[in-house]
Amino acid sequence: MKIHEYQAKEILSQFDIPIPQGKLALTPQEAKAQAQALGGALWVVKAQIHAGGRGKGGGVALAKSLEEVFSHAKRMVGMNLKTHQTGPEGQKVEKVYIEQGQKIKKEFYVGLVLDRSTEKIAVIASRQGGVEIEKVAEELPDQIYTEYAPDLIGFKESALKSLSHKMGFEGQQAFEFQVLVQNLFRAFVDKDASIVEINPLILTEAGHFLALDAKMNFDDNALYRHPEIESLRDLSEENRYEIEASKHKLNYIHLEGNIGCMVNGAGLAMATMDIIKLHGGEPANFLDVGGGAKQDQVREALKIILQDPKVKAVLINIFGGIVRCDVIARGVLEAVKQIKMNVPLVVRLQGTNAEEGKKILEVSDLKILTATTMTDAAQKSVEAIWR
Amino acid sequence: MSILVNTGTKVMVQGLTGREGTFHAGQCLAYGTHIVAGVTPGKGGTDVDGIPVFNSVSEAKEKTGATVSVLFVPARFAAQAIHEAIDAALDLIVCITEGIPALDMLRIKQKLKKQSKTLMIGPNCPGIITPGECKIGIMPGVIHKPGKVGLISRSGTLTYEAVDQLTRVGLGQSTCIGMGGDPIVGSSFVDLLKLFKEDPETEVVVMIGEIGGSAEEEAADYIQKEFSKPVIGFIAGMTAPAGKRMGHAGAIIAGGKGTAQDKVNALQKAGVHISKSPADIGKTALEVLESTGRGR
Repeated sequence: MKIHEYQAKEILSQFDIPIPQGKLALTPQEAKAQAQALGGALWVVKAQIHAGGRGKGGGVALAKSLEEVFSHAKRMVGMNLKTHQTGPEGQKVEKVYIEQGQKIKKEFYVGLVLDRSTEKIAVIASRQGGVEIEKVAEELPDQIYTEYAPDLIGFKESALKSLSHKMGFEGQQAFEFQVLVQNLFRAFVDKDASIVEINPLILTEAGHFLALDAKMNFDDNALYRHPEIESLRDLSEENRYEIEASKHKLNYIHLEGNIGCMVNGAGLAMATMDIIKLHGGEPANFLDVGGGAKQDQVREALKIILQDPKVKAVLINIFGGIVRCDVIARGVLEAVKQIKMNVPLVVRLQGTNAEEGKKILEVSDLKILTATTMTDAAQKSVEAIWR
Repeated sequence: MSILVNTGTKVMVQGLTGREGTFHAGQCLAYGTHIVAGVTPGKGGTDVDGIPVFNSVSEAKEKTGATVSVLFVPARFAAQAIHEAIDAALDLIVCITEGIPALDMLRIKQKLKKQSKTLMIGPNCPGIITPGECKIGIMPGVIHKPGKVGLISRSGTLTYEAVDQLTRVGLGQSTCIGMGGDPIVGSSFVDLLKLFKEDPETEVVVMIGEIGGSAEEEAADYIQKEFSKPVIGFIAGMTAPAGKRMGHAGAIIAGGKGTAQDKVNALQKAGVHISKSPADIGKTALEVLESTGRGR
């Protein structure tokens, strides 16, 4: 799960990470009032969306007067912000965060992730702050420093010393940096995060660290033990089809193509997208109805797929294991009774009760193209679009 | 021959008294698996369809001689149940449960690495099957047939698809294992390839990977250096967009890393025969076997 910058900063401040003073606003008037309340003579207006790269897209602006705060906020609230992480459709800005401007001496990067190959929590740091860390990793790999925590208690002192040395910190600064990394680690473990990132971490003119930006993602599997995190979920940031799907415990991801897919199992769902593409088509979505799909889930899944106006054909690919193909077939019939189906439907049922499922579909008066293999199913779906 | 499980394997079910546990234990029994015990704390002394239930793993092991445990314990209690199974020094833990927090798995993995007795498969996996001998998991038994193809996969239903294709072209399987779709799993491709290397009956291995992480790249490295049996590979998610989690917690292209193309390139470099289409896994395996003079 993702959260906003202002929410991440609030959490991190609970773990003694220094953050700038800031206030949230939903309108330009409110933005101006919040800036006034913060005081000072320099402010930053930051659009709050769940994506990075906001600066380049015009979602971060410096204001030297309250009027400038107002005009930046006016431009941002309601705008469709496009960054390299939002995709071409962009993301609508609903709120802005106003912070006091900072005198920056130097910018750094520091982030914590769960490293899958070592199966440890890793801290990644770089003197190249305020830029895309993926680019730094690609272009200047020797400017990225990594240390691993041996357990869930924390990093070893020697690792932290080595890291702060590589970052060029000495004396009090080195000490402050080491404390900051340990605090980030505590936040990561306590909140079951999957990513904690500060980019940039700045050194102020006064010589102290400050988290100028913050990002936190969380492990969905652990949300049950963090209701305080789950309550931060912002549905306006999520795709409406995906929200609908999650209500029915369906795994749906909206894509740009025109062949809707319903598959059981994530791996098979990905493979189905791949085979559609191999035969010249484009999948409209990823949809996993799960290992134990029930009739009503199949019905809702088909409804969600058909709500997308781009969808010109639907491919259902089910390998029955726990899921019985006759259950899937009944769910399809039920859905089609409730909603008008005016695109071709290709169905491939294999495994448990496949024959029974096929019969249920055949005796119905639905126009269904049945397929035997995955290749057959993909070809029929792609052909159906061109017809 | 096979790896890890065979006709002699005695299995306990942690979470036998739950709906999923009862159903799948029944299916495994029907396949011929020796399900000898169930474990549910507080329900010791009862039974499920004649299978005795114990309060603890160690008691079940002591009383029945079971050395393998399969878990159907709900996610929030699963980590503790796995720790218990490791502490009881079982040979193998097969965790079917989906939705275990990553940091819980990290703790479990650190414990597993400190010992050499217990091996774990999963979580979030279909389990393990040695066709005709022993089925421990939720896969449909009927599509399998005994033979000489070893199969390792990060997926569930895509594994069934691959097995079905193999069986249809006449290729049986030695042992099929679903490793699980989470970021941290008990056993990796490399761990299982090492076992297939030592199994004389396994002549060829099919591995099914997907986007995310670097398990396939690590497997490629191992295959190149130490694995001489032919390997057929398929990677799901060629069309998956970056930054989106494709169902499995582990299937995500993050920071430009873990793309399907990277994995295909690494495997091809190591001499793995890649099936470009998910529909050609069986066909590719047959072609490789025939071209190396092994036949069906």
